[in-house]
Amino acid sequence: MADDPRPGAEGPGGSGPAIGKDEWVARSGERRLHREGVLGTIEERVRTLPWWAWLTAIAAGFAVLPVADSSGYVRRVAFDTLLYMLLALGLNIVVGWGGLLDLGYVAFYGVGAYTYAILGSDKFGIHIPTIALIPLVVVIGAIAGFLVGLPSRRLVGDYLAIVTLFFLQIFLTLSINGDDLFGLGNITGGANGILRVDPLSFFGHSLPVQHEGIFAVSYLYVVLGIFVVVYVALRLVNESRTGRAWRSLREDPLAAEVMGMPVNWLKLMSFSFGAAVAALTGTFFAALNASVFPLTFSFPLLITVYTMVILGGSGNQFGVAIGAILVSVVLELLRDPGNARVLFYVGVVLGLLAALRISRRLGIVLAATVALGFAVHAVARAIDSSWVAGQTADGRVVPGWASHWVIVPSHLADWISPVSYVGLVASVLALTLVRGWWRLVCVPPVLYLAAFVWENVMLAKPEPTRYIVLGVLLISLMIVRPNGLFGEKRVEII
Amino acid sequence: MDKFIQLTLNGLTEGSTYALIALGYSLVYGILKLLNFAHGDVFMVGSFIGFGALHALGGSADPVVPVWLLLVLITLAGMAGCAALGVAIERFAYRPLRDAPRIAPLISALGVSFFLTYSMQLMFGAQQRDYGTFALSNGSLYLKGFNIGDVRVPILRIITISSAFALMVVLWFLVNKTRTGKAMRATSFDREAAAMMGIDIDRVIAFTFVLGSALAGAAGVLFALRVPTTATIGFLAGLKGFTAAVIGGIGSVPGAMAGGLILGFAEAYAQGYWDTRWSDLAVFSLLVVFMLVRPQGLFGRADIRKV
Repeated sequence: MADDPRPGAEGPGGSGPAIGKDEWVARSGERRLHREGVLGTIEERVRTLPWWAWLTAIAAGFAVLPVADSSGYVRRVAFDTLLYMLLALGLNIVVGWGGLLDLGYVAFYGVGAYTYAILGSDKFGIHIPTIALIPLVVVIGAIAGFLVGLPSRRLVGDYLAIVTLFFLQIFLTLSINGDDLFGLGNITGGANGILRVDPLSFFGHSLPVQHEGIFAVSYLYVVLGIFVVVYVALRLVNESRTGRAWRSLREDPLAAEVMGMPVNWLKLMSFSFGAAVAALTGTFFAALNASVFPLTFSFPLLITVYTMVILGGSGNQFGVAIGAILVSVVLELLRDPGNARVLFYVGVVLGLLAALRISRRLGIVLAATVALGFAVHAVARAIDSSWVAGQTADGRVVPGWASHWVIVPSHLADWISPVSYVGLVASVLALTLVRGWWRLVCVPPVLYLAAFVWENVMLAKPEPTRYIVLGVLLISLMIVRPNGLFGEKRVEII
Repeated sequence: MDKFIQLTLNGLTEGSTYALIALGYSLVYGILKLLNFAHGDVFMVGSFIGFGALHALGGSADPVVPVWLLLVLITLAGMAGCAALGVAIERFAYRPLRDAPRIAPLISALGVSFFLTYSMQLMFGAQQRDYGTFALSNGSLYLKGFNIGDVRVPILRIITISSAFALMVVLWFLVNKTRTGKAMRATSFDREAAAMMGIDIDRVIAFTFVLGSALAGAAGVLFALRVPTTATIGFLAGLKGFTAAVIGGIGSVPGAMAGGLILGFAEAYAQGYWDTRWSDLAVFSLLVVFMLVRPQGLFGRADIRKV
């Protein structure tokens, strides 16, 4: 035994890899590029943190939030963010693990919310206690996912996407016109939705949404608990036989089928799991808002959840949770012009930093942009002082130094906003075509134009702006970094 | 009987619009195997460009050119604007992803669709834009025409239907009888082989987007002549155009025409004989049934996958 030439024969105590492990794989860590010094050590430590440490960090952050800041607004945003995180976890099962482009996903969220509302409100006088209703909703959601998956299971790629999108449309049509459902009477309340939905209640003790006039913290903790449970449960599923099978399905459905995987069954399972999580999330949505309306569950929400999953890195649970937090917070900041302004300038600087790193070029670009702004502003003021006398969308005068930098006319002619917006889009696109020093030369004017459009056009209309930001994020992510922030790089073998 | 004729007329009008949209889906899918989600929004942008052109020419109440020329000009403006838009979308959102996994351009297309819808809403608001077609030459577009039985066929509908069919004939000619059309068909058949034969793939794909988007632009103007347009019409129109393309057999030009008409008729009869609220449901169920029973559509060839 002692002179066995196989690598790894020394056993776990020896220097070689353990039996059954390839030496090349075992030594992969040594070949990786390491950063030197303390930073490198920290980076290495962070990378090797176990998954539950990350989960604990997220959960602790949310748990501390209402203690640190007692405003109802922050709690409400945290609650909505948790709902988004749950939705993203569910979508991650279908898209990230199963590799199925399910565009009907938010319909299941709607199914969950409506089921909860119908079985727990004055609508039909049914009041099933929460503790029984939530499992029921989850089961109904899973069945709905199964049923939608049933006709879709043989379709691939785009066809699957479009059929599931049609199911979303069918769900919307049914719920909008559900006040007279084929003579069955008023089921969903139509466009008026269902009102006075029961709050969550446990063992006869109901949780009030408002506590002393502000958002009750109990909802936040209930959903946080549910999030942790779902996260861990899905983690276990992903590491199980089914999870491994899903990933093989995602990588190559044909190869999986040839290897004897029950491909159709796996697809149905993934649909069901995703739908169950979405339906579960729907219950909390309905309970908190005490009402459901059909248009909540439409295309914009779908795109929002998709952006979260793609941004975080589809397939990575921690990633999609972070993606959900980022997108949710950004969308929330964009609601308020003051925050949106700060977000814009921070975003521009971060974007430049990512593109140019810390370098002389970065300094030149920033300095040139600032100088250009002051110059343009001075010229504009010299020509006509009303061009720079305006107030921005939020009614406040542009703060501090910015008021001498960006032009804000007191009256914006009708043609300016479309022309400047289209000009901005065109020049940003053109910027991606030029290379080298020319690009650097072109960046400052484009940035200034962007600031002008942001201050004058986009801040005035938060609603379209939020969705434009999402759309741009999706496109540029797919081009620049399709694996998102935390996703693993995938190679498609043709 | 009159009701039937009226519904058939409605179906024909709507169906010709759907067919024009479906052609764009079909062409692009045929070449790139990409479901261009943004196509419906190109249609919407076309209707807005037509509106802008109409106002640049003096508005519907007091146009500076004769009515027939006005109609031709606004349609051409819509087609040209959309063609440019289509090329830009292809160049910036799809070309960088041509060799990426198939799911990537799809998600990018979703982003483009979203971006276009809300950009239009940002620039022009959410309110409806009405061409005010009735005011053109004192309503003669609506009032003149001929009768079938007791059903009035106004000249506007005749214009819509006939120009849609004229465009389809032009497209059929371009695809089947010209050199570029041959290059398109070759690219659609096998992109790599076509490239090896010296076909400039990038140009062919850009040209495909020009054709498809120009048709969508024309459809947008023709549609908005009858119905006020908003920034959000693109989504549903795109879905229906896609349905029409699938029913007819995606990648097939006559299929897209047939699919559009079938869809138009199905919708019109569902509205007339059943309930307007459920007509969308009928349309979508039709698609799901087609997907399951005959996924290659009426005129399509079944896809044989080689491993």
